[in-house]
Amino acid sequence: MAVISFIVNEILSKPALLVGLMALIGLIALRKTFSEILSGTLKTIVGFLILIAGAGLVIGTLSPLGDMIQAVFHLHGVVPTNEAIVSLALQSFGKEVAAIMALGFLVNLLFAWITPAKYVFLTGHHLLYLATVLAVVIGSAGIKGANQIIIGAIMLGTIATVMPALVHPFTKRVTNNAGFALGHLNTLGYITSALVGKWLGKGSKSTEEIQVSEKLNFLKEPVVTTTVVMMLLYIILAIFSGPKVLEKYTSGSNYIMYAFMQGLTFGASIAIIIYGVRMILGEIVPAFQGIALKVIPNAIPALDCPTVFPYAPTAVIIGFLSSLVGGIIGMFLMGPLGLALIIPGMIPHFFDGGTAGVYGNATGGRRGAILGAFVNGLLITILPALLLAYMGTLGLANTTFGDTDFCWSGIVGGLISRMGVVGAYIGTLLFAVVLLGLASYVTIRLKKEEAGK
Amino acid sequence: MENKAEKELRILAVCGMGLGSGLVLKMTIEKVLKDLNIKARVSVADVVSAKSEKADLIVTSSEFEGSFKGSGIKVITVKNYVDANEMKEKIISALEDL
Repeated sequence: MAVISFIVNEILSKPALLVGLMALIGLIALRKTFSEILSGTLKTIVGFLILIAGAGLVIGTLSPLGDMIQAVFHLHGVVPTNEAIVSLALQSFGKEVAAIMALGFLVNLLFAWITPAKYVFLTGHHLLYLATVLAVVIGSAGIKGANQIIIGAIMLGTIATVMPALVHPFTKRVTNNAGFALGHLNTLGYITSALVGKWLGKGSKSTEEIQVSEKLNFLKEPVVTTTVVMMLLYIILAIFSGPKVLEKYTSGSNYIMYAFMQGLTFGASIAIIIYGVRMILGEIVPAFQGIALKVIPNAIPALDCPTVFPYAPTAVIIGFLSSLVGGIIGMFLMGPLGLALIIPGMIPHFFDGGTAGVYGNATGGRRGAILGAFVNGLLITILPALLLAYMGTLGLANTTFGDTDFCWSGIVGGLISRMGVVGAYIGTLLFAVVLLGLASYVTIRLKKEEAGK
Repeated sequence: MENKAEKELRILAVCGMGLGSGLVLKMTIEKVLKDLNIKARVSVADVVSAKSEKADLIVTSSEFEGSFKGSGIKVITVKNYVDANEMKEKIISALEDL
C-alpha cells in the first residue's frame, strides 16, 4: 500500500512527472533505445516545468493590464491567448489536464477505429489546450477527480475525432485532396467561413492572383506581432489611465516605461510558454502518431492549420487582417452587450483568421476570404466572452481561450457538468453519440460523392 | 582538421510557432532520412528563434522563406507537409548543393 500511495501522491499528482510518464510509456511502446527514452522523458518533464515558469511571468504582466482596462473602460478586460490561460490553469488543474489528454487520445483512437470517421488528431498543443478547457469547466462545475477525468476524456476524444471530419469536405477542396485532414480547434470558424464564402462569394476571383508586398512579412511572425501590439496597448492604456493606477506596481519608477517593459515581458512570457509546450510535444506527438499508425493503419492524420497555408498564402494574410477588423469591431460591441471587453489577441487572429481566409477563399474567392474571416473575427471575440462564466475563478483572469472550438465545447461541457455527476455522464454520452453520428454521416456522404465522380 | 563523416547534419523544421506543423515537418523529414539512410539532427523551431540557431538546412513552407533571406543557410520549402516523396526529392537536391 505504501508503494501505491507513494506513486499516487508523489508521482501521479505531480503534473510534470505525469506528462513525463506519458512520454515514457509512448517511447517504450515504440521500442526506442534506452538513451532515447531517457532523454525524451526528461525533455518532456523539463518542458512542463518551463511552461509553468512562463505562467509565473505572464501573471505579473496581466494584473496591471487588467487594472488599466478597468480604470479606462470600467470593464473586465481580457486578451484571449491560449498559451497564457493554459499556463495559469495548469497551476491548479495540472494532473487532471495531463490525464484527460492521454486518456482522451486513446478515446480518439477508439472512435476512429469504430466509426467511419478515421481521423487521428495529431496537433498536440490543441489536445493540451482542449484538455485544459475541459478540466477547468468540469472542475469548476464541481465534478472532481476520476469523474472529471473520464468525462473530460470522452469529450476530448469526441471533439478530436469529429471536428476534422466535419470540416473535411472543405479541407479536401482547399488542399486538392492532399491526404491529410485539418486538426485545429477553430473548426467552427472555418466551417462558418467556408459557408459564408459559398453563399456570398459567387464569381469572386481567387486571392492567390493578388501579390502581397514582402514588407508585410513581419505579419507572419506571431510572437513578434503579439509583442509589438501588447507593447503599444500597455503604453496607450498607461497614458489614459495615468500614473495613479500603476502606482502599486511601479515602486516609484516612470509609469510609461513600466508599461513599455510589461508589454515586452508579455511577449517574452509567451515565447517561454511556447518553448515549454514545444519540449513537451516533441516526444509525445511522434509517440501518438506511432501508436495510431499501429492501431489504425488507414487513419487520416488531422494536422495543425499552417499545413493548409501553402495552398493559399495570400488568403492567410487577407484572412488575418479581415479577422482582426472583425475582432476590433466585435470589441466595441462587448461593452453595450454587457460582456467582458475582449481585446483581439494576435496569435488567435493570425492562425484562426488566416485559416478562415484559406477556407473562405476555397469556396468564395476574395470575397469569401474577406467576409468569412471577418465573421470568424466576430466569433472569436464573442465566444471567448461567453465562455468566461463557465471557468470559475479562472474566468476572472485577464486572459482566456481564443479559438471557437475551445469556447463552444467549454460552454457545452460546463452546462453538462452542472447537471451533477449522473447527469453529466448521460449528457457526455449523448454529446458523443450525436456528434459521432454527424461526423459519420458527413464522412460517408463525402465518400459517396467521390465514388460518384 | 574536420572529419566530414563525423560532422552531424543539422536540419531545422520551421513554422510560425514551432508547435504543430513544425513537428509534422520534423516527422516527415525523419521518415525520409531513415529511408535514405542519412543521419541528421532534426529540431523544430519557430520562425523568429530559428534565425539565431545554427543549421545546415532549413525546411519550411513558402510563406516563411522570406524570413531567412540573407541568412546564408540553405532553405527548402515544401507544399504538402506530409508528402514524403516531395520531401525526399527536395532534400536530395538540397544535400547535393551543400
